[in-house]
Amino acid sequence: MPGVWSELLGAVPPGVTEALELADGFDRALAHGLGRPGEEQAAALEALAAAMAATPLGDRVAEAAAKAAAGAAAEEHLVVLAGARTALFGAVHDALLARLDGVLGRTRDEWREPAPAGPSGAGHLLAGLRSWLHELAVAGWRGVGHDLAGAASQVIEAMLAEPALRRAAVLADGLAAELHAACGVLDRVPARRWADLWARALLLTQAGPDGRSPLAAEPVGTVSGRLLVLGVDVHEHPTAAQLQVHALLEAGDGPPRLVRAAVGAMKVDTVVGPDLWRLFDAHPVLLAALAGRRTLEVTGLPLLPGGDLVWHDDRARAGEEADPFVTARVALAGAAAPAVPPLERHPVRIAEPVLLEGYTAVTGEDGTLTFRLDGDGPDGALPVAVDRLPACGPLTPKLVARSTACIGLLRWDAGRWSVQPLAVQTRGKGGTTAAHTGDWAQGPTDPKAAKAALRNGDPVAVLRERAGRLLRR
Amino acid sequence: MIADSAAPEARPSSSWEHSSTARVIPPVRPRKLAKVPFVELAGGRLQGVVSSGSDIARVYVSSIAAGTHGYSCGTNNNRPCGGLGHGMCKHLRALVDEAVLQYGLDRVARYLRVEVDAEVTTGAQLIARMRGSRTPAAGEAVFSRFLRHLAYLELPGTTGPLPEMHWFPATGAVG
Repeated sequence: MPGVWSELLGAVPPGVTEALELADGFDRALAHGLGRPGEEQAAALEALAAAMAATPLGDRVAEAAAKAAAGAAAEEHLVVLAGARTALFGAVHDALLARLDGVLGRTRDEWREPAPAGPSGAGHLLAGLRSWLHELAVAGWRGVGHDLAGAASQVIEAMLAEPALRRAAVLADGLAAELHAACGVLDRVPARRWADLWARALLLTQAGPDGRSPLAAEPVGTVSGRLLVLGVDVHEHPTAAQLQVHALLEAGDGPPRLVRAAVGAMKVDTVVGPDLWRLFDAHPVLLAALAGRRTLEVTGLPLLPGGDLVWHDDRARAGEEADPFVTARVALAGAAAPAVPPLERHPVRIAEPVLLEGYTAVTGEDGTLTFRLDGDGPDGALPVAVDRLPACGPLTPKLVARSTACIGLLRWDAGRWSVQPLAVQTRGKGGTTAAHTGDWAQGPTDPKAAKAALRNGDPVAVLRERAGRLLRR
Repeated sequence: MIADSAAPEARPSSSWEHSSTARVIPPVRPRKLAKVPFVELAGGRLQGVVSSGSDIARVYVSSIAAGTHGYSCGTNNNRPCGGLGHGMCKHLRALVDEAVLQYGLDRVARYLRVEVDAEVTTGAQLIARMRGSRTPAAGEAVFSRFLRHLAYLELPGTTGPLPEMHWFPATGAVG
């Protein structure tokens, strides 16, 4: 496929730059604080309102922007502004994903509106979170001190105990930890990041007229069949971790479908590296399939409208060995991709599995790594997101730099595409060997890492023992 | 507060400001938790919990204040530590050692505002540069933070997607 990467990495799709400029203006206003907006902030809010004028949100955004520009934004106005910002990123997401699908030749399902689900009750906790988000917006990121960073601590603690509020709680806990860490230390503001987190958190506090969250959905049905694992993506902040498995589902006669299955766990900051897997010991079948590079036979797993399976470890069993590189070579190109739920459309969610082969890994003078793909000029050099290689697995920047094939997720952030490796093949004297992020799911297989783990003991067990002795007295 | 730095050399790289996944919190380093299960830099203190060597149901709550380096140590039942007679006790020394492992010496020194040079590489050397004295204990507050910390591991996991975690990519591999 000569030239396809140049096509992806070349000119940005129309409208993307303009949409991001509008968002940047809003993000700067939020960093400054909406409690005392000046001319620059008022102009940014006005521009956002003007861009939304022709949409169904138009009148409400105009009103909210006017209130905010006057330093008098109430919670309801902030929700509308967060909605407008979310619409901008939704449009950017759609343009980027359409370009990517075009380059990959990937067919994607149409979105069909599912039955809503999720938060009902616990409205007082969501109100508490919303009030904190309002205070943050009024103060601006530069005005956040330790007291304000921690002001929602009790609300978040209570939300964590409510399964239906876990998404909002995990997000708010991550944001609060960053605000604490930044106080007095950071001399700059991650404006887009914090505005992203703030806007999503605000949307998660909203309920529709039926009292349910528009961001949650009921399953569209259940599926049974064979899961061919492509790889696992690991997410973590100080108090939460998530494993997201990307796989092809073979069920029935049609082409295989790209699906994801995620399991999450709460943690503490000292559980890092290969110990992370220990948090997921409630899912032994999943971990064994990852570590053993096996298929999974699943029965009756609920499928959500965005292509996510709801995991039930007791409805899965590990099947035969299956090399993810063979899976990717044989079946990935023809697989059907799921639609993305509208309110989740944000470039950060783009994580499209791809197989890359026949590239030259080039390490630049500044240490950055790029894959130069055959048939592409320098424009076709795809940056490798080595900073996303998790410490819990065997992939390292050096190993990736020696690789000859890679299964990865295509990502887009800060104005550019990159590939996040999930697995690589390297060629040596003894032939081709592969390393996958999930290889250590049942413990490190590398002698050095295993020794380090042995030396430090099992932190999860130590802390659970302490909890058993001290917590329930 | 986040310092409002106008100096041109401190201007951020624009890609960091425009990144949805910009890194804000440096990852902590793995360490053995058996002796000192909890260490944090919070509330203007280095504080933590040290397990008693003799009684498995007892822990010591130890802290050192940033700036003044005033220190305290006592049991979770608010009994003062018997080792505090002459300077810092073994629990405080263990706390500093483990904090250096977890956060790195520079981060601990910066937080506590201890003047250090290249010769300071260990927790003991860091303590030697402190000029604090014994202060009333903040035991209860620290202990309740420890209990909250432990409670995270007691929460049930999730089996559906947490889409917001895409803003929190795993960190870590070096080499």
